[in-house]
Amino acid sequence: MGTADVEAVWRIESARIVAALTRFTGDFGLAEDAAQEAVAEALVSWPLASPANPAGWLMATARRRAIDAIRRRAALQDRYALLAADLAVDSAVDEGIDPDKIDDDVLALMFVSCHPVLSPEARVALTLRVVGGLSSEEIARAFLVPVPTVQARITRGKKTIAAAGVPFELPPAAELRERLGGVLSVIYVIFTEGSTATSGDRLLRPDVAHEAIRLARTLAALQPEEPEVHGLLALCELTAARFPARTGPDGSPILLEDQDRRLWDISAIRRGLAALAKASTRGLGPYGLQAAIAATHASAPSVEATDWDRIVVLYEALGRVAPSPVVELNRAVAVAMASGPAQALAIVDALIASDRLPGSHLVPTVRGELLARLGRRPEARAELELAARLCANQRERSVLLRKAATLS
Amino acid sequence: MPKYLLIMRGTDESNAAMMADIDEMMATTRQFIEEMVKAGVLLAAEGLDDPGQGVVVDFSGEAPVVTDGPYGETKELFGGFFLVDVASKQEAVEWAKRVPAAPGSKIEVRRVPGSDEVPQVDE
Repeated sequence: MGTADVEAVWRIESARIVAALTRFTGDFGLAEDAAQEAVAEALVSWPLASPANPAGWLMATARRRAIDAIRRRAALQDRYALLAADLAVDSAVDEGIDPDKIDDDVLALMFVSCHPVLSPEARVALTLRVVGGLSSEEIARAFLVPVPTVQARITRGKKTIAAAGVPFELPPAAELRERLGGVLSVIYVIFTEGSTATSGDRLLRPDVAHEAIRLARTLAALQPEEPEVHGLLALCELTAARFPARTGPDGSPILLEDQDRRLWDISAIRRGLAALAKASTRGLGPYGLQAAIAATHASAPSVEATDWDRIVVLYEALGRVAPSPVVELNRAVAVAMASGPAQALAIVDALIASDRLPGSHLVPTVRGELLARLGRRPEARAELELAARLCANQRERSVLLRKAATLS
Repeated sequence: MPKYLLIMRGTDESNAAMMADIDEMMATTRQFIEEMVKAGVLLAAEGLDDPGQGVVVDFSGEAPVVTDGPYGETKELFGGFFLVDVASKQEAVEWAKRVPAAPGSKIEVRRVPGSDEVPQVDE
């Protein structure tokens, strides 16, 4: 067995192993360290002799390393601590993964990794590492940051969890909805990093987006009663369904109106619609509404044949449950399609007057488009050139400049 | 993330062994499916009926010829599949190793190319 085989087993087992170890040691940081030691040992020993049961081998080795760590720690403290540790260890040694508890433990692990005491970057890094089973190198590649940066975020994150005394348990019922929202937003941040790279020379990084989809699927299986979990999953599936049509052969972005809809992934659309149906049981939340908008696009044969009135209504609803200037801007785009560019321009100008999206390239991008449609070409060109100066993604920038050039 | 099809191939003997304790096999298969769902990897899974109930449409001649019964002289018959969305071929293989398959049967692991990998025909 080679490195890739060890990584494959780890991808499948990491969440369960770290969750089970945290349950029995009560120490998330120690559990994660022990699990990483087991993986490091596997990388050395499996190529020489493959274990008959790789998953069991990893769990047993990680548990031994955790016990070693507890003993070392106890030896530094007093005899009573040692006794207490031995008791805890002895009762836990015979325990493998408890099938009745493991689902809740994996869920608790997601809540710890996305805990509000952590910095947003640490939440992303810890979730991908312990729940997703990615290495620091893979996380660094996904977010275009140096490996030591990722390692530092994980180390600091574990210290923060320990210092804050975060318990390893499901949040109390009164906090559950809010904490779940925290987990969903971490998954969505990972997804958007893959679906619209904030920097770099590539628009899409589908592998990163798929890590988020995998996490969302796991969460949907563990929290099937929560509509917004299905809403997020639906949004990710429906957005990812368009990936094959979103970039040209040279990697340049292709706008929705120019996409070859035959390239959309029909299976992903079907999965997204199924998830959206589960999200719709009790009125849609912010993710469900965005998924419903994506579903309206996914079901339309062309831009012209899209139900823009429905999209306007969905954006209005989204603006009520999750007000944001970006939602307002998107509503303007939908209004332009449903009722014409003049009404949409009024919305955009109100947005600029309130200065709620300063420095964003999106506002001049949309304003430029609307002005172009109104035949105000010199103003449109100036807006698109401004948008290009503000845009950080090279691929998007060149599209804006090309469009501005056609207006001279 | 690449998709893989885990294709179950049984023999008459392995199918008979499986049918001998079908309740046990169904229970372990359900458990396995649940595990894949919770890992976020399962896209689809189906099992096929007895190959003896099947029909073969043969395109060797000018017109398709339809015959009853199992496919040709093949010893290993397609009995069902799992479609998984995983990080690597190795992960697909690791899941294949965990399939509750009857002794004597085999699982073929095949990659499903993305829609952007299939050459498109311009109309």
